[in-house]
Amino acid sequence: MADIRNNFIGIKSPNPFWLASAPPTDKEYNVRRAFEAGWGGVVWKTLGEEGPPVVNVNGPRYGAIFSGDRRLLGLNNIELITDRDLHVNLREMKQVKRDYPDRALVASIMVPCEEQAWRKILPLVEDTGADGIELNFGCPHGMSERGMGAAVGQVPEYIEMVARWCKQYTRMPVIVKLTPNITDIRYPAKAALDGGADAVSLINTINSIVSVNLDNFSPEPSIDGKGSHGGYCGAAVKPIALNMVAEIARNPETADLPISGIGGVVTWRDAAEFMALGAGNVQVCTAAMTYGFKIVEDMITGLKNWMDESGHATLDDFRGKAVANVSDWQYLNLNYIAKASIDQEKCIKCGRCHIACEDTSHQAITNSVNGERRFEIIDKECVGCNLCVSVCPVENCISMVEQQPGTVDERTGKKVSADYANWTQHPNNPAAQAAE
Amino acid sequence: MVTGSNTNGIAAGRLDQQDYSENFDDLHPPLSQHEAMVAADRCYFCYDAPCAEACPTTIDIPLFIRQIATGNPIGSAETIFSQNILGGMCARVCPVETLCEEVCVREEAEGKPVKIGELQRYATDMAMAQGRQFFVRGPSTGKKIAVVGAGPAGLACAHRLAIYGHQVRIYDAREKSGGLNEYGIAAYKSVDNFAAREVEYVTSIGGIDIEHNKALGSDISLEGLSGEFDAVFLGIGLGATGDLGIDGEDSAGVDDAIDFIETLRQAEEYSAIPIGRKVVVIGGGMTAVDAAVQARLLGAQDVSICYRRGKGQMAASEYEQDLAASNGVTIRHWLQPGKIIAEGGKVSGIEFEYTAFDNDRLKGTGETTIIPADQVFKAIGQKLDIAKLEGSGLKTNSGRIAIDENGQTSNPKVWAGGDCAEGGDDLTVSAVAMGRDAAENINLKLATGA
Repeated sequence: MADIRNNFIGIKSPNPFWLASAPPTDKEYNVRRAFEAGWGGVVWKTLGEEGPPVVNVNGPRYGAIFSGDRRLLGLNNIELITDRDLHVNLREMKQVKRDYPDRALVASIMVPCEEQAWRKILPLVEDTGADGIELNFGCPHGMSERGMGAAVGQVPEYIEMVARWCKQYTRMPVIVKLTPNITDIRYPAKAALDGGADAVSLINTINSIVSVNLDNFSPEPSIDGKGSHGGYCGAAVKPIALNMVAEIARNPETADLPISGIGGVVTWRDAAEFMALGAGNVQVCTAAMTYGFKIVEDMITGLKNWMDESGHATLDDFRGKAVANVSDWQYLNLNYIAKASIDQEKCIKCGRCHIACEDTSHQAITNSVNGERRFEIIDKECVGCNLCVSVCPVENCISMVEQQPGTVDERTGKKVSADYANWTQHPNNPAAQAAE
Repeated sequence: MVTGSNTNGIAAGRLDQQDYSENFDDLHPPLSQHEAMVAADRCYFCYDAPCAEACPTTIDIPLFIRQIATGNPIGSAETIFSQNILGGMCARVCPVETLCEEVCVREEAEGKPVKIGELQRYATDMAMAQGRQFFVRGPSTGKKIAVVGAGPAGLACAHRLAIYGHQVRIYDAREKSGGLNEYGIAAYKSVDNFAAREVEYVTSIGGIDIEHNKALGSDISLEGLSGEFDAVFLGIGLGATGDLGIDGEDSAGVDDAIDFIETLRQAEEYSAIPIGRKVVVIGGGMTAVDAAVQARLLGAQDVSICYRRGKGQMAASEYEQDLAASNGVTIRHWLQPGKIIAEGGKVSGIEFEYTAFDNDRLKGTGETTIIPADQVFKAIGQKLDIAKLEGSGLKTNSGRIAIDENGQTSNPKVWAGGDCAEGGDDLTVSAVAMGRDAAENINLKLATGA
């Protein structure tokens, strides 16, 4: 059986599935339930300064978008950091860590961007026995208006500065949680590294308005007829998160910076994808908030079974394996030619591939053959775009078939070349390097 | 004294009052909003969808289901009604399992079609409950058209003609409008007086008036109508059930299934309807199932449907056959009626002869069996009452009024549709399509003077 024990910057956990700093990790009661359910670690809900805690809105905090059958695709929230007293949190953290020494317990922290504030809270956290700290530079709503959260994460210099303070005032490993509400994730990641951070975690939530109430024209979630942008998360943000993780992992300057992957991890497969793109572990929130803590059972067994079937004995055996395959567009092989192929046995004849191709793409799929309702690829027109695969409701009914070198591409009339050739070498590219 | 279900002979009040209302409740209770959303979500919005192709009225099914899914049920109802103004009744009575739902791609994919019929009911019910009308009567053309028969074909024809601004007079032989929707469909398929409410909804467009108790051949004649109106549409349905042509057929307790179904539909109190303890229904179509199931629901103990061919040849759909079976009806195949056995003028049993195919021809094998019965229902198909058309000169074909592809009869002023016309297939939805399309052609001919 595969060994999925995780060692992330020296923080050990029985599996790579942590709960992210969020409502599920708000207090002892929830965290104990999470550990009993099998979660490998938690990042405790973000702690703030000593003194009167922040207050949350007293109306709805969440908004959602759904797929059919009201499956939750994306969630948005306007909840702030913990609204409980700092010392209550610290006491609970200490107790939980003592009772679950084999699990990871990381403290998320957000205090004002002043050296003294960080210097003051770090020893208090250290005293709990927490395994590490995560600097919340990502929260996009509320706290950012007060100069914290994403307001820090959007300024690389601040990231570097605060990371440095933290490394100076604590022996605990430091993880910097990054906001995706920036244009290029590589800069904040580099800043974290330069500040001495041990790792980054990403992504935090994305600025969003999930919906507008068409009766009272309030954004939702609506507080007395008004709405604020909130943080978007859940399955819908996974593609954005994967890309940002990959950008950091393939940037030579940050290639060795450990990453805790966050954003739309719902299943073991999502987790494996994050790790294939370089993440050392993953953090989960929305999926747990949708289904409860029990989903971790499937995450654990699913990951193990996949690893066994794929011959990966440990997490390190596949971690980062996809990084080298993430490329700039300009280096993609333009001589690689694929065409769609429809498995007529599996086809249920809904015709969606046809109409998608006919109306919006390349007119490369029939809707009738010899007077019969039948959907076939017209190789002469197919550019291999994959839209048909994307809209087909039946898994593996349509597949993209690589055209073998030496055969003729009916669309262009040219022979398929076995050679690699990219845009930088293409004759249509004015900047192409002429072959010597 | 023996009471209830164990009473021999034909008797009313076999059940407790509570049982009647439960038994005759809506066969498919309306979908809740949540159920409709879940059901609508399963539709793939197919291109050139097989379901729409299979619908005799060619309703744009993927579109109306998408409209439900997006929270636009009124738009959905308009999509339905624009093709089929009796979409509400069709949603209840269509044998969807042999039409739209049979060809649903999810039937192919998972063996579970989208609930098209129930979704159609969801949208049409909502629009009707809100009194939403999608059609207005066009400016008056000054043309007058007579429609004979206020059944599905006649109503669909009249509605479409009214849209074009023609003045329509409907004549119906019965007390009430609706035709088979009012008189000929199992009670549990059309509860809460739906047929009458639908007639009200359809005719509220204006320009349509209905005269009841006016039968063709006795109160009105085709010749008279042709003189008075610019065009005539015949949607008169079929007449009485044919005879079995066997000994003892005139015994008490040998009844027409159609009459039984009508009695149920018009009943104020189900407990007052007498039913046999042992009932045999002869036939293999929807009428046979409707009669047999309702006999059971009235408390008959033993109910059999006896059909002279096999399961595969039954006109009743598989779903209907299952409905009968789940209601405790025994379906027996390969039996043709030989003679009615009567005691004291009352039926006590029926002798059947086994049948088999002999070179594609159905033949009796000579072997017989007797099934005890104190009531026998004939459901062997209705016939066009040719007498009504006597002297009209209308041509017929295979026992129905001959029409061309436009619904026009051999008399250029007369159109026909529904069960009475050639191509009629005893389905409400087909009758609607024929009535609607005849109206289109009538309008075209009147407009062009062709």
